[in-house]
Amino acid sequence: MAVTETTITRKVVERASSGARTKDLLFRAALLLCLFVAVLFLGVLLVDVAIDGIPLITPEFITNFPSRLFAEESGIRPALIGTLYLMVLCAAFIVPIGVAAAIYLEEFADARRWWNRIIEVNIQNLASVPSVVYGILGLAFIVRGPIDIWGLGKGSPTLLAGALTLGLLVLPVVIIVSREAIRAVPPSIREGALALGATKWQTIWKMVLPGALAGIATGVILALSRAIGETAPLILVGAIAFRLTDPTIDGQFSALPIAIFQAAGEPRPEFQILAAGAIVVLLAVLLLMNSAAIYLRNRYEQKW
Amino acid sequence: MPKVRPALDAPERREGAQAAIFSLKDVQVAYGGVPAVENVTFELVKNEITAFIGPSGCGKSTLLRCLNRMNDLIPSASVSGQVLYHDQDLYAPDIDPVQVRKRIGMVFQKPNPFPKSIYENIAFGPRVLGMKGDMDEIVESALRKGALWDEVKDRLKTNAFGMSGGQQQRLCIARTMAVEPDVILMDEPCSALDPISTGAIEELMLELKRNYSIVIVTHNMQQAARVSDRTAFYNVDKLEEGKRVGKLVEFAPTEKIFTAPDDKRTEEYVTGKFG
Repeated sequence: MAVTETTITRKVVERASSGARTKDLLFRAALLLCLFVAVLFLGVLLVDVAIDGIPLITPEFITNFPSRLFAEESGIRPALIGTLYLMVLCAAFIVPIGVAAAIYLEEFADARRWWNRIIEVNIQNLASVPSVVYGILGLAFIVRGPIDIWGLGKGSPTLLAGALTLGLLVLPVVIIVSREAIRAVPPSIREGALALGATKWQTIWKMVLPGALAGIATGVILALSRAIGETAPLILVGAIAFRLTDPTIDGQFSALPIAIFQAAGEPRPEFQILAAGAIVVLLAVLLLMNSAAIYLRNRYEQKW
Repeated sequence: MPKVRPALDAPERREGAQAAIFSLKDVQVAYGGVPAVENVTFELVKNEITAFIGPSGCGKSTLLRCLNRMNDLIPSASVSGQVLYHDQDLYAPDIDPVQVRKRIGMVFQKPNPFPKSIYENIAFGPRVLGMKGDMDEIVESALRKGALWDEVKDRLKTNAFGMSGGQQQRLCIARTMAVEPDVILMDEPCSALDPISTGAIEELMLELKRNYSIVIVTHNMQQAARVSDRTAFYNVDKLEEGKRVGKLVEFAPTEKIFTAPDDKRTEEYVTGKFG
């Protein structure tokens, strides 16, 4: 009897063959290697930039205007201010439009209607259109188009045009993340509010949006950090590297990626190195924004 | 024991506690053109608890949700027949569903407190309805009606998600009380709760029926027998091609349903032969 039982046990739970275990180990090693390659390149890049760039970061580097003559006096003041302006203007443009579009698509649009499905597919596609295409769009319709007609830019590229172009670029992303945040609010919360006699608008404004706020804010910050790192659209809408006064909304402007692009193309090595300094500043701004996004998500995300 | 009323009797002829609040005539609810429940005709009486019982898929929750137009939230749902609430057709074109839900509150199967403080959970309804009066008093009175005041009066500002399931459900009932409805619809309010919490809510319902009319959907026949005055038994009719439709089989005083039902299917269901 006892013998039979042992036999059965052995048959039911066979030991893993050594071949299977080797395969398992190999697979894990391959995965680790892939991770290592990705992290290694990022690490080399960061260390290289930090070695070149950090010694350049002085108060003068931040507050000086760029110079064509003396590399040691050259600074990134207009580029940094321009980037901060772009960020704020871009946010002011994309938050209301992006969130409103997301509310429409999630709360009002009837997904059975073909036009709503077309809008949805289009937004997904727009999110992956290359940024240089948005640059052309901005040049044709914003620099030379309505903004010029309004007389704000007097026919020349303006900071507002740059901000709107970057806004168009990241708007699909904002709509998509806002929709996800709105969808994460459970239907039972909407039902609860409606059953108390709240209108649809009150339900959205007082229950759905507060519940989705952390997700929307996180998404907006990540979208903005993509926007301020973009170079191609800004080149196309006419950002310039050498600007010797602070940028204004309706005037010409510079931005950090433009300053980096310009410095990296310099033939003189002492000017080339300035790119590393600008990169460090840009990365610092991006890291700050991403940390803010992580903090917001951890602190305010609603657990349902 | 009161006699079962003929369904078409005009409600205004009766007075006081016996007046009909709901009068349904040949109601059918369909999703995307496919009927989910049909042939429903009955009257609900003021200050009574009416229980809807029946096997899964018989349409009792669907029917409950058409009493305060919650089915409007499902775009494919359509209601035909007549749903009269105090002689007013709830599905007349000039009726605003928001106004309907103000008068006819609803408590759901799973407790669904808002992710806010206990106080704000109660205050939300009165605020959006623009109710006048001292909000602290409104909150206290609602929590007392929900038999919750003594348990939570010292932590009104804490998040409602920290309460137990039973407390959350009583909070949802109290929240409904705060907007002073006329009828409370309860969709299996105890199905997610333990027996002690269930007992507390049943006690609460018996207390509330003095001032409100209650309709409760329940899977629990003992619960229907314990709390309700009248019981509606729904059953599933299997049609050809595997289609199913819910039908109201019998609507009678609870005692009659559980002791001497007219219909054989009712008897089989309440004695546990199927369902």
